[in-house]
Amino acid sequence: MSEWVDACAVDDVEEEDLIRFDHDGKTFAIYRSPDDDFFATDGICTHEHALLADGLVMDYIIECPKHNGRFDYRTGEAKGAPVCVNLKTYPVKVEDGRVFIDVG
Amino acid sequence: MGDILIIGAGECGVRAAFALREAGHEGGIALIGAEPHLPYERPPLSKTAPTAPKIIAEEARYAEAEIALMRGSRVESINRAERRVRLSDGSALPYEKLLIATGARARRFPGMEAALTLRSLDDARGILDALGPGLRLAIIGGGFIGLELAATARKLGAKVTVVEAAERLMARIVPAEIAEAMAERHLAEGVQLILGTGVAEVRTNGITLADGRTIGADMVVAGVGAEPETRLAAEAGLEVTNGIVVDGRLATGDPHIFAAGDCCSFPFNGARVRLESWRCAQDQGAHAARAMLGCEEAYARVPWFWSDQYDLTLQVAGLPDPSLGHVRRDLGGGAFILFQRDDAGRLVSASGVGSGNAVAKDIRLAEMIMEKRLRPDPALLKDPAVNLKTVLKGVPA
Repeated sequence: MSEWVDACAVDDVEEEDLIRFDHDGKTFAIYRSPDDDFFATDGICTHEHALLADGLVMDYIIECPKHNGRFDYRTGEAKGAPVCVNLKTYPVKVEDGRVFIDVG
Repeated sequence: MGDILIIGAGECGVRAAFALREAGHEGGIALIGAEPHLPYERPPLSKTAPTAPKIIAEEARYAEAEIALMRGSRVESINRAERRVRLSDGSALPYEKLLIATGARARRFPGMEAALTLRSLDDARGILDALGPGLRLAIIGGGFIGLELAATARKLGAKVTVVEAAERLMARIVPAEIAEAMAERHLAEGVQLILGTGVAEVRTNGITLADGRTIGADMVVAGVGAEPETRLAAEAGLEVTNGIVVDGRLATGDPHIFAAGDCCSFPFNGARVRLESWRCAQDQGAHAARAMLGCEEAYARVPWFWSDQYDLTLQVAGLPDPSLGHVRRDLGGGAFILFQRDDAGRLVSASGVGSGNAVAKDIRLAEMIMEKRLRPDPALLKDPAVNLKTVLKGVPA
């Protein structure tokens, strides 16, 4: 079931970067791609407990700050060792300068 | 391509095995590991208690990739003329290509024979499972392993003394300012640090220092570096000088034999280096896999290390050079990064320490700046308001 949550303002996220968003005890990551699209994934790496918000976005890849596990944040796909479990993704929509994610 | 054998089922060997399949190798792959356990990650061993192994890949994944994982199996010798290895149970396995990924073993200096060492899961269980409130732990060596163990032991309530022969901690790889920040933290956590003092002898009830002082201890652990596991290579007549000598592709002098990870000595920036690095082991494993299948590229990744002590993480990209000065970038909250540039202005190392992942993003960007061999403006490196991504993308090589 859909549960759209207002996560942040469009301007809260820099281009080719991400921020952390906490909701209902869960941590998410909100991304803004180089071509200005928004995406959302789980906020914790699937390898070891590390906040992806401290990591680096290059193009469509988020790299975990801890051990460089890499994911395509558009699909959540793990891009090789040390990560082998994909990252969960969430639908995103932008309305009136706000970014909403569907956590349902 | 026929069968490929990999000796050593650590981070490097496991990565190589999977990378062979990813690169399309259709022949057999045997991964021979001396330990009885499913291959596991070593870095957490000194950082976490209680000891629960973090496995590299679920057992089913080896079967899916048709990798014959041979646990608890030792290679006794390599017969290069017949291209086969002999195992300790007397059986023999033929190979088309062979990867030696035997890693390194903990070193002990004379007089330290009675000390424990921390390298394997079984080592970690023997040490960490015994730690508890009031236990007196003496650690010889103020390097990564010793200091990570010190931090873990303090969390468990042990009384910890660290003895380091050099005048400061982590002298081999980490700049002095970062070592000082770490030393302060250890002192604040109640660790006793004894610097500039060697060890004469380890006894069952403690240590006698080179200056005659004694330290009482219930457990003594030595973390004084590692030696590459080169016996098989040396006995097979391959060149060994502080590691199995390989070229840029990670090939030895025998075109059928490659070596990667902690056990190899490879060319880097005009010198020959041997690294003990988790990520290098992975990357070289993957690289050697492609090289065995014919890829001619030279391994060129920038070295990268990290250490977790308490809530502090230290990260190093590149190889710090004590003869070079540095530019300091303060990130707030006590976190900082030291950048070094060579005479041509190229970035050659970045070393940082801070709480949690405070330095991670900038260290990663610094690594990419090094990979591109850029000459960044030191004023930009210094200014925390400057996003290093703009430096990476904007500075002409």
